[in-house]
Amino acid sequence: MDDGVLLSIDGAERVFGGGRTIFGGKKPAVHAVQDVTIDVRKGETLGIVGESGCGKSTLARMIVGLDVPTGGRITFDGRDLAAEAGKDLRRLSRDVQYVFQDPVASLNPRKTIRTILEAPLIHLLRLGKPEREKRLSELMDAVNLAPEFLDRYPHEFSGGQAQRIGIARALAADPKLIVLDEPVSALDVSVQAQVLNILDGLKERFGLTYVFISHDLSVVESVSDRVAVMYFGRIVEIGAGRSIFRTPRHPYTHLLLESAPAPGRKSLLSEDADTELPDPYNPPPGCAFYARCPRRTDICNRQEPPLEAAPHQEEQLAACFNPREGA
Amino acid sequence: MSETTATAPARREKLPKRKRGRPDSIRLLLNNALATAGLVVFVLIVLVAVAAPLLPLPDPDATAPANRLLRPLAEGHLLGTDALGRDILSRLIWGTQVSLAVGVSATLIAAFFGSLIGLVAGYAGGRIDTLLMRGIDMVMAFPYILLALAIVAVLGPGLLNALYAIAVVNIPFFARNIRGIALGLSRREFVDAARLSGKSNAQILFIEVLPNVLPVIIITMSTTIGWMILETAGLSFLGLGAQPPQADLGSMLGEGRKILFTAPHVSVIPGVMIFALVMSINLLGDGVRDVLDPRLKSGALTRPVARTAVMRDQVPGGIEPDAEAVLDVRDLKTEFRFGGDVFKAVGGVDMKVGQGECLGIVGESGSGKSVSAMSIMGLVPTPPGRITGGVALLEGEDLFAASDERIRQLRGSAVSHVFQDPLSTLHPLFTVGDQLVEAIQAHAPLSGSAARKKAADLLKTVRIPNPAERLKSYPHELSGGMRQRVCMAMALAHDARVIIADEPTTALDVTVQAQVLSLLDTLREERNAGILFITHDFGVVSAICDRVAVMYAGQFVETGTTEEILTSPAHPYTAKLIDCVPVLGEPERRLDAIGGRPPVVNDLPVGCAFADRCPRAGDDCRAAPIPLTEFGEGRTVRCIHPLNAEAEHG
Repeated sequence: MDDGVLLSIDGAERVFGGGRTIFGGKKPAVHAVQDVTIDVRKGETLGIVGESGCGKSTLARMIVGLDVPTGGRITFDGRDLAAEAGKDLRRLSRDVQYVFQDPVASLNPRKTIRTILEAPLIHLLRLGKPEREKRLSELMDAVNLAPEFLDRYPHEFSGGQAQRIGIARALAADPKLIVLDEPVSALDVSVQAQVLNILDGLKERFGLTYVFISHDLSVVESVSDRVAVMYFGRIVEIGAGRSIFRTPRHPYTHLLLESAPAPGRKSLLSEDADTELPDPYNPPPGCAFYARCPRRTDICNRQEPPLEAAPHQEEQLAACFNPREGA
Repeated sequence: MSETTATAPARREKLPKRKRGRPDSIRLLLNNALATAGLVVFVLIVLVAVAAPLLPLPDPDATAPANRLLRPLAEGHLLGTDALGRDILSRLIWGTQVSLAVGVSATLIAAFFGSLIGLVAGYAGGRIDTLLMRGIDMVMAFPYILLALAIVAVLGPGLLNALYAIAVVNIPFFARNIRGIALGLSRREFVDAARLSGKSNAQILFIEVLPNVLPVIIITMSTTIGWMILETAGLSFLGLGAQPPQADLGSMLGEGRKILFTAPHVSVIPGVMIFALVMSINLLGDGVRDVLDPRLKSGALTRPVARTAVMRDQVPGGIEPDAEAVLDVRDLKTEFRFGGDVFKAVGGVDMKVGQGECLGIVGESGSGKSVSAMSIMGLVPTPPGRITGGVALLEGEDLFAASDERIRQLRGSAVSHVFQDPLSTLHPLFTVGDQLVEAIQAHAPLSGSAARKKAADLLKTVRIPNPAERLKSYPHELSGGMRQRVCMAMALAHDARVIIADEPTTALDVTVQAQVLSLLDTLREERNAGILFITHDFGVVSAICDRVAVMYAGQFVETGTTEEILTSPAHPYTAKLIDCVPVLGEPERRLDAIGGRPPVVNDLPVGCAFADRCPRAGDDCRAAPIPLTEFGEGRTVRCIHPLNAEAEHG
């Protein structure tokens, strides 16, 4: 592990449910996240792509300490994150912050923007009143909003403005890492570009590291240095954004890329109708993508494929027994 | 045109004007005649009761056996006297004060403890929740008047003890109400956000959650206070509340009971007072609830009619229907009225959908694309929506002039809809099969078994594997993609000429979206049905639409074939909209955000609605409305300084 690693996720696992009922029966368990290992380097943007239910949001919540992994380790700057979140979330929140998907729902409807933005300054940084005022105007300037907005209520804002307030709140504590969970998917396209540009500017200005989660491949491609593709709670492919999008090795990544609509693309590749996600309560023994995979062989249904590097490319790892070649 | 007029996209956004939107709460309350009457009566009673020490009243407890049982309007005793010769008016006013004080205090005590229990239980969840709520369940398991009696029996009779008893008995009511709300709020994102801002649990509970629960607490209080007064009166009536000689409404009633036939006024007068008090509080409480409940406030009480009101100033005549178009809409105008504001959601839209053709309407949220589509079959809710102009011709027939019965026949048969969220379109309590059969039988006289067979065929058409089995599934048992296929099957149940698809794939994952889009594309070829496809995504447009109309602020700003619009957009808005979307495979492309915000449709500018955000805008753009003009073969643009004009016209 090199020195540049800021966040290290090692075999993280999150199981929901499980345990026993009061009569001793077993409760069904779902593996939301399974055996996820990623290193996030200082200053990079790691994109995480996947469809709904693939566990990407659960992973995001574990990174910021809103959820606790049931297995594996997540370390931030060498500190065990899960242990810290349980004891003192404030210390972790000074370094790791979160931007929510729904900008309006993440702002308390009965609080002014000033109150919302002051909370992290008071509770995390313990700033006095004059310093808070100074910091507030810095923050509003950073997200390109007029300071008059501070005394407004959330419902008076458009989605794009509300999301910028969400970003300002995440910035308030001066964190090192920001986890962005679908930050633009609730926004109109013209506003989406505004927010993406602001995020890009902030990253340079404050030396931030981003974990950027989205289901939109083109958005992830435009912001990420490295990309991890998740399917059914596991990482199926990870590597530099450019190489993954140009030469996907895992058949699922390939399917995602072929399905994504793009201006000027007339026909979309589509599978047969009976291809569905496997039942999470009854996961298949081998590769979760087996039923949908055009390249499947017998081994895929028996064994879980490990995440392995391509022969000549150390950086691009795929969890597939029969990866696509041509890289 | 000069580039200096361009607005710098990086400048800070200006504050939107504060406008008078919906009527405020007080005005809403006063609009409700019953609630206003309640308010007036209640305020009167409270004023009189509070002013009791100031009023020239005789001592309520002074007995005068010589003057016992005087009738009302007797000299010196306006409402007469009771069995001990005490002035009833004086006792009534003092008694009302006591009853009110006890009712209000009991409500406050119950609200405080009940809400606290509810808040903690809802926020903490898990064991604490179970423990607290089972405790509450135990209190509720007793018949509550018995419980109140038991409490008074233990504490001894007296007004204060009756107050405690009533408060305790009502705690569960608050606890259960508040717990439900707190439970929902505690799982909301802003609570997570507060946690990440470093707030402790107590701070989150009382600073973040409580203000959002407060309206519910107030609503609950306003509806219980009347009950509390009745209960106090009940206990006093039984001799367990106010002790003689103190007057309260219940004890006055109790004292008059024995002489009900000889001197009815002794019991009737306090009875009337209880009635007036409780009635006024209940009317007021209902009014307060209607105002404060956000669901009712948003207009759930004003039930829209089955079809959008059509109020055209003039019915356009002599329009030659286009023989090739299945659906031909001309100059459609739809408005919404809130209070005194008129929102021109659709301001003159022409669209044509040919047989087997797919017309895409692209625009951002609020541009009016959905309202345009919903207006065609009169699905815009009235009130507040109304169609104020234009015609919609379905194979030559003016839909806006058709009878309600005719529209009902056409809905779901000749014109069918597919909406964005299949989970809210399908009824959760009926199987997919039942719903399909219902859709089939609505327009065709088929027997149950024949309809079921047709339903299975339809599911097969939309490529659902094992259709006969799937008919028995409930919507929640299907994935999002499958549900949307069911909705499409329903739209195809009768020989649809036009399918109006409103963002049908927006809620779906990309791989599923690709499946649904290619299915829709195949089906329109098989069925030769026209599709009106509404979306915000140019990628989706490329995949399915033949022609595109770009919508902005209630009007089309550009129309043309998909390819032309995407490769050489003429309207600056179209160009900017295409440029601000990241494209797969071009990560280096700089995203060009559009500065500013679209205009609000109740305050549209005279000239071009896009002028304030447009880099090419000049003074001429703002001077007068810009017409939609021909721009090459089969193409129109609403711009006097279009892009690529040089290329098109040499």
